Amino acid sequence: MHIVVCIKQVPDSAQIRVHPVTNTIMRQGVPAIVNPYDLFALEEALRLKDQFGGKVTVICMGPPQAEDALKKCIAFGADDAVLVTDRSFAGADTLATSYALAAAIRQLGREQQVDIVFTGKQTIDGDTAQVGPGIAKRLGLQLLTYVSRIAELDIESARITVERRAEGGVQVLKTAMPCLITMLEGTNEMRFAPLENMIHAARYPVRRWSKEAAGIEDLTKIGLKGSPTVVSKVFGPTPRAEKALMQSVDDASPRDVALNVIQKIFTQHPTLERDILAKATV
Amino acid sequence: MSEAEAKKPAARGGRNLELPEHLKAYKGVWVFIEHDRGAAHPVSWELLGEGRKLADTLGVSLCGVIMGGPDEPLDAIANEAYTFGAETCYIVRDPVLKGYRNEPFTKGMTDLVNKYQPEIVLLGATTMGRDLAGSVATTLATGLTADCTELRIDPATRALAATRPTFGGSLLCTIMTLAYRPQMATVRPRVMQMPDADPARSGRIVEDSLGMIETDIVTKLLDFIADQNSNQVNLAYADIIVSGGKGLKSPDNFKLVWDLARVLGAEVGATRPVVQSGWVEAERQVGQTGKTVRPKLYIAAGISGAIQHRVGMEGADVIVAINTDPNAPIFDFAHHGIVGNAMQVLPVLTETFREHIAMRSRKAA
Repeated sequence: MHIVVCIKQVPDSAQIRVHPVTNTIMRQGVPAIVNPYDLFALEEALRLKDQFGGKVTVICMGPPQAEDALKKCIAFGADDAVLVTDRSFAGADTLATSYALAAAIRQLGREQQVDIVFTGKQTIDGDTAQVGPGIAKRLGLQLLTYVSRIAELDIESARITVERRAEGGVQVLKTAMPCLITMLEGTNEMRFAPLENMIHAARYPVRRWSKEAAGIEDLTKIGLKGSPTVVSKVFGPTPRAEKALMQSVDDASPRDVALNVIQKIFTQHPTLERDILAKATV
Repeated sequence: MSEAEAKKPAARGGRNLELPEHLKAYKGVWVFIEHDRGAAHPVSWELLGEGRKLADTLGVSLCGVIMGGPDEPLDAIANEAYTFGAETCYIVRDPVLKGYRNEPFTKGMTDLVNKYQPEIVLLGATTMGRDLAGSVATTLATGLTADCTELRIDPATRALAATRPTFGGSLLCTIMTLAYRPQMATVRPRVMQMPDADPARSGRIVEDSLGMIETDIVTKLLDFIADQNSNQVNLAYADIIVSGGKGLKSPDNFKLVWDLARVLGAEVGATRPVVQSGWVEAERQVGQTGKTVRPKLYIAAGISGAIQHRVGMEGADVIVAINTDPNAPIFDFAHHGIVGNAMQVLPVLTETFREHIAMRSRKAA
């Protein structure tokens, strides 16, 4: 089997702060990490490799420093890593990104036929969940999003059965490989990278592909030029005008505080009191 | 970026920001009406409400798109769509459209768009909507903006200005698709207000055929396993939510959240760290990567109020926050703040609510 996993290096958005005056992202000191959702995809790919044999290639479109993210994936057990990097990719939205990645994966397929492409559910910086479906469409791969479990895989018939999270339940879908799977979080537990893996990864020569090496032909489809969406404004969330009406259990008993809050709420929102009385299970 | 610069997007990178002549014929606002087992997903109505405003601003029509099997109540769903403001419903009825699959739904949607040329297409940011939107936008090679929290028409260009959070909610950005059509956007359930229904409204149906047969379609839907009723969490549409964060220190203490919820007839929510620690199931996560909620009352216990959580619940009518830290960000946007230990305050709140309800029920009786 040849499995390709798309990853992205992202700033740890949980640690991102916005400069209160300039409304720009303060990136200094914010660590760059492998997009956490991608790790579930990588772990699933590695499990399939454990079970069926074959090769896992991780691929990333990004700036030169994204090589670190790819090396982390090698440490976890990926066999090969390709960084698709070119100045002309700058400013790419999801349409331009899926174009570049699809071309690169097609190129990987020329080296060794690809059976499954994995991506994570979404990134923690862009949060769109659009690149996976975009790659699938461009490569003519069957698309399976929000997959919670791979139930069955038959290499000979090239058939795969998955469980997919839908509203109110789970779909069981069976399709043909090659296919593209976006993996849900919490579906598996990432393995440990043993020390010798980490040493191997640190020395691993990550392949670098410029746009030519990645087989990208139409330059109007990459970077800013290939992006239909335009960011017209970036701003921080507006702070609310009034702060909360505060009380402390240091100043009054918890019971008095509770009575006070309840009284205030029900006086201002009588319909809310009615709703609660209607539902009450005392 | 100054206000003046923000008004007209800079033409950088040599790309076209003017709408080509042939795309000016694209008119109309469409909403993809998502449905499952006979009922429309309420996000579809929220989108019709928002779509109506956009259509009115542009002076164009608002239409629904409904795709499904011949034995599904698509006409009834269309009738309901009219009450929320749709004028026309495009219906594609075919056995292969029973149950969502990417391939036939993408074909149905893109064929309709190519034929009838809407300028704006809106979908709910559910698993179905995001799956479909990504495929359709790529097929049509157009712009798609995900998880929008605000939709407006930019007066200068008549284009859709879609605002959405990025970097986990730390920043907001406004995105426009200026030189391509249709302009596509997804919106999460509960972000937009549920509009009022006008039962007097009616509309017309336009039927189109899919042009695909089952043997054309590679992916087969073998089964649908519905969530167990006991596990079913209807957080997004709950009116009252009691939510707990890591400030509760342990899963045992989280029981106090459940106690208060029981007395209030409320749903239970949680922050991402709590879900990641396994204290409650993932369906209870409120926030940027969890559910967006719009309850009448949201009680946040031991929650700091980080932006990733805030964006999921700041639309609540009344927010009560309990935290030991008087400087916790949650007090910046809560309505009522209690500085204290949630482990101490929650049981007292539970008891006080219980007494108050009992007393008011006796009075009413």
